[in-house]
This record gives sequence, structure tokens and C-alpha cells, in this order.
Amino acid sequence: MPLLTRRNALIAGIGGSGLVLSGCAKVTFADSLTDSAGFQHVLAQAESWTLASQRFLLSGGAMAREYAVSDISPRFKANGTLYPTGEDYEDAVNEDFVNWRLTVDGMVKRPVSLSVAELRKLPSRTQITRHDCVEGWSAIAQWTGVPVGLLLKTAGVLPQAKYVVFHCADNLDGEPEKGGMQAAGQYYESLALVDALHTQTLIAYAQNGKPLDVAHGAPLRLRVERQLGYKHAKYVQRIELTDRLSGFYGGKGGYWEDRGYEWYAGI
Amino acid sequence: MSLELSHPEGAEADSAIAAQAPPPSRPREVIYRHTFLVRLTHWLNALAIVVMIGSGLNIFNAHPHLYWGQKGSELDRPFLSIGHVLATTGERGVTTIGSLKFDTTGFLGVSKFNGQELHKAWPSWLTIPSSQDLADARHWHFLFAWVLAANGLVYLLWSLLIRHVGRDLIPTVGDLKSIPRSVLNHIQLKHPTGEAAKRYNVLQRLAYLGVITLIGLMVLTGLTMSPGFNAFAPWLLDLFGGRQSARSLHFICASGVVAFIVVHLVEVLLAGPINEVGSMITGRYVVPQDHK
Repeated sequence: MPLLTRRNALIAGIGGSGLVLSGCAKVTFADSLTDSAGFQHVLAQAESWTLASQRFLLSGGAMAREYAVSDISPRFKANGTLYPTGEDYEDAVNEDFVNWRLTVDGMVKRPVSLSVAELRKLPSRTQITRHDCVEGWSAIAQWTGVPVGLLLKTAGVLPQAKYVVFHCADNLDGEPEKGGMQAAGQYYESLALVDALHTQTLIAYAQNGKPLDVAHGAPLRLRVERQLGYKHAKYVQRIELTDRLSGFYGGKGGYWEDRGYEWYAGI
Repeated sequence: MSLELSHPEGAEADSAIAAQAPPPSRPREVIYRHTFLVRLTHWLNALAIVVMIGSGLNIFNAHPHLYWGQKGSELDRPFLSIGHVLATTGERGVTTIGSLKFDTTGFLGVSKFNGQELHKAWPSWLTIPSSQDLADARHWHFLFAWVLAANGLVYLLWSLLIRHVGRDLIPTVGDLKSIPRSVLNHIQLKHPTGEAAKRYNVLQRLAYLGVITLIGLMVLTGLTMSPGFNAFAPWLLDLFGGRQSARSLHFICASGVVAFIVVHLVEVLLAGPINEVGSMITGRYVVPQDHK
């Protein structure tokens, strides 16, 4: 399959919904606008309006719809990393994740470290929800896990903390067929405290009543039901409280965010 | 001040000018057809629609399948899919609707852009940006969604306020009775002249009301695809029969808007593009004279 990078397309481009530059220009007007710093600023501005309006509409803590058992997808598509590379993860799979630990640290009063078995003993929540991928597909499953709010309460969030960063075990190669300039990188995600504390935000260890399988994030994954699929980080190892996202990887708050996608993925 | 389609002041002013000119066989009648706000919102809407379609097709290309109901992925049964298969003659574009398969090579599934064969649902020359880029396409889509919604809201409120909708768009009983004749006139490419040309004909009224409804449905089905907005307004999921149904309806309404645009542009060309486009820029419309 011929992969067309944006740069190649820019050099090659001629069309684009009629927005064609006249004369000597060899790129579509829309393409050159997309790559201009000024227009990117306008796009970022619109994104901030979208975020602000969603924050406003959801300020009451509205819940994502929960479905009936009969709505569960017979087969739930797995996306992104399907099997993390590396010996460490392979070893973890072979020993059934008995030595996998989830730590909660950073701007907290008491850093916490829990095994999967210890997590399973904590109060849990079970919810049947719809997973919406940014690409457009949806699948419904039942998820069981520990509310992130409970973990944060246990660790004691310091007042200066604003964001919750989720560190993952998988290194994703990027998905060039989705476009944009993508390179391999460590997967991570982040949420504002308000979203991390939402009732339906879980560190899930079970899907449809069974322990998570590898393709769906074994042994632990995040569920953030009011946002798109890429926020639902898989293979979670560490939850870090911070006051800024600029110090992590690309600085935009997530693997896909560093590759151009919205940090607040509510639409 | 009168804000009707046919503006008497404009007509009188023009008659005055016509009176001073060398006497023509018949005075040229010019009316003030479109108010400033209608003209402004028309062009902003046109821009927003073009960008929404271009960026929307780029977004569609990230998952070129449509489903009914709440859920749907390749593991379920789409009712529409655009893909490509390797045949002996090379890659062929295949569009599947229900159990019907169509070879759409050259446009859907497999297309060329700048001499390069690309395997993507909608061709690069139709999408914004031209290359497959879901992240930037979404940024474009959501920026112009604000333009579309804000502009549409201003248009609707203003049009209701000045009774543009009630006076010029809602068909009268007489209009409805004239549907068969109007259909015949349109088929024969006969356009109204004289007094009849000063008001929208019944098919025009229905088409404009139709496209306004379609755009409203596109905004609502678009919001229904948002997991955040679903939490705020779960009743929209019920109204449209689920998240994937809303996505499919979004696409179907967009097809309706495209159909409107095609007919609209053809009618503009047939009715006299300079006068028609000119009236949407300046507001002044030269009334076509009776052929008798």
C-alpha cells in the first residue's frame, strides 16, 4: 500500500474540494493552510472553544450511557498496540501478571503500589459502556475495575496537582495509514483531575467478566467513558500526579495528542 | 423599512434611472431581492459547507464503513463499505451497499492523485487535507462546525425575526397547489418571469426549507457522535437510534446537502448566473421580463 506522507502530498497536491490555489502553486490551498502556523493557531483556538463548551455542558458530572448485557458486542475490536513488544511484558504474560504493579506517585502525599490481586480486592465498579474510536467505529463491553478516584484518594492528591498521567508498557509504532507524521513512541495518556475523579473513570482489570486479554490491555487499562478510545490507555503501570503536561514526551498529554489529536477527546 | 423579497424602493429607484435613460423597449426592473444578512450568511454557509464536506470525507476515510444501531466495527455487519481488492488487473475499488457490490475504481476505493494510485475510500482531490490525516481533518471539521452553527443560528433567528422564513420560504396553499405545474416548468427548464420571478417558486421554497432541515440534522447527528455530548443529552442517542445510526444519518444527510448543491448550482446556471450570483452579492436582482 503506497503510503503518502503529508509532505509528499503537499509537494504533489493539486486539488482539495475546490480550494485550489491559482497560478503556479502546486499545493492545495487547504493543505498549505493546514501547515501554516497562523492557521494551526486558529484551529487550536477552535479546539479550546470546543473543550470549554464540553466542560460547561458536563460540569454536573453527567454519566455516560450504560447499556444492557444484550447490547454487548459479540466481538470487540482491538486497536493500537495488540501485543506489547519487549521481554519484560512477555515475562509478565508468562507469569500471569503476578508481579505487575500499579503505582500512584508524583504530587501525592503517600505513593501507593498495588499488585493486580490487591487491586481486585478494592471496591470496584462494573459498567456496560460504549467505546467510540476516533476513527468512527464503536463497540460495547462490560468493564470492571477500581475507580481512579478511589486510588487518588488513597494516595492523597497534593493541592498543586492538576493532571493525572497514565504511563503504559507499550511502545506504539504509530499508524501511518491514519495520516500525519507519526513515529514510534511510548504510549501514555493524561486526564484533568475532574475527569479522573468521575464515577465511571476506572482502572479496569476485567472485560465481560473475564480478566483483560492482551489485545485489550492486560492486565490493567483505563476507562474514561465520556471520551474517545485513544484516551483509554492500555497496559497501565503508573499513575503520576503533576501540575503540568509539558514535561512528558511530546508535551501534549498523550501519545496521539503528541501526533496532533485533541487532548480533550469528548467529540 | 420593508425587507420583503421585492423591495419597492429599489424597484422605484431603478424605474427612475430607467426613465432617464434612452427609452428602451421595456424598462429594466431591478428589485432588492436579498437582505445583507441573507447574503452574508449565504456565503459564510457556502464556505463552511465546502470545508465540512471536504474534511468530513477525510474523517470518513479513517473508517469507510457505515452501520445501524449503537455499535459497529469491521467485526460487525456494515451496510455500506468502501474498500479495495486485488484483482488480476490490479487493485480495484469496491463499494458495497447491502449485498450489492459495485466496481468504483477511479473514484471510490482506488483513485489517482497527481499520477499516484491511492487506496482510500474518497479520492484525495475531494478531501481536506488532501492526504489522509484524521487529526487535522478533525481540527478543520470542528473549527468550521462552529462557523456553520453560529452562522446558521444568526440566519435562523434573523430570518424568523424579519419573517423571511414565514414570508419567503414557507409555501402558501396556492404554492402547494402549483407543485405539479412547477415540476413541469422545472423539467422544461422554464424559469418564472415578471411578477412570478419576484418571489421564490414552490420547489425553491421546499428545497431551501429542505436544506435548512438537513443542515440542522447534520448538527444534531454530529453532536450525537460525541461521547461527551451523549452524557449531556442521552435522548439524542434514542432519537437517532444509536451512535452508529447517527453517524450513518450524518453521512446520508451530507449526501442530501450535496444533491441540493448540485441542483442549486445547475438552477443558477440555467436561470442566468450573472444575475443570480450578482443578486446574492449586491442584493439587486434584475427581474426577467415576460416573453410576450
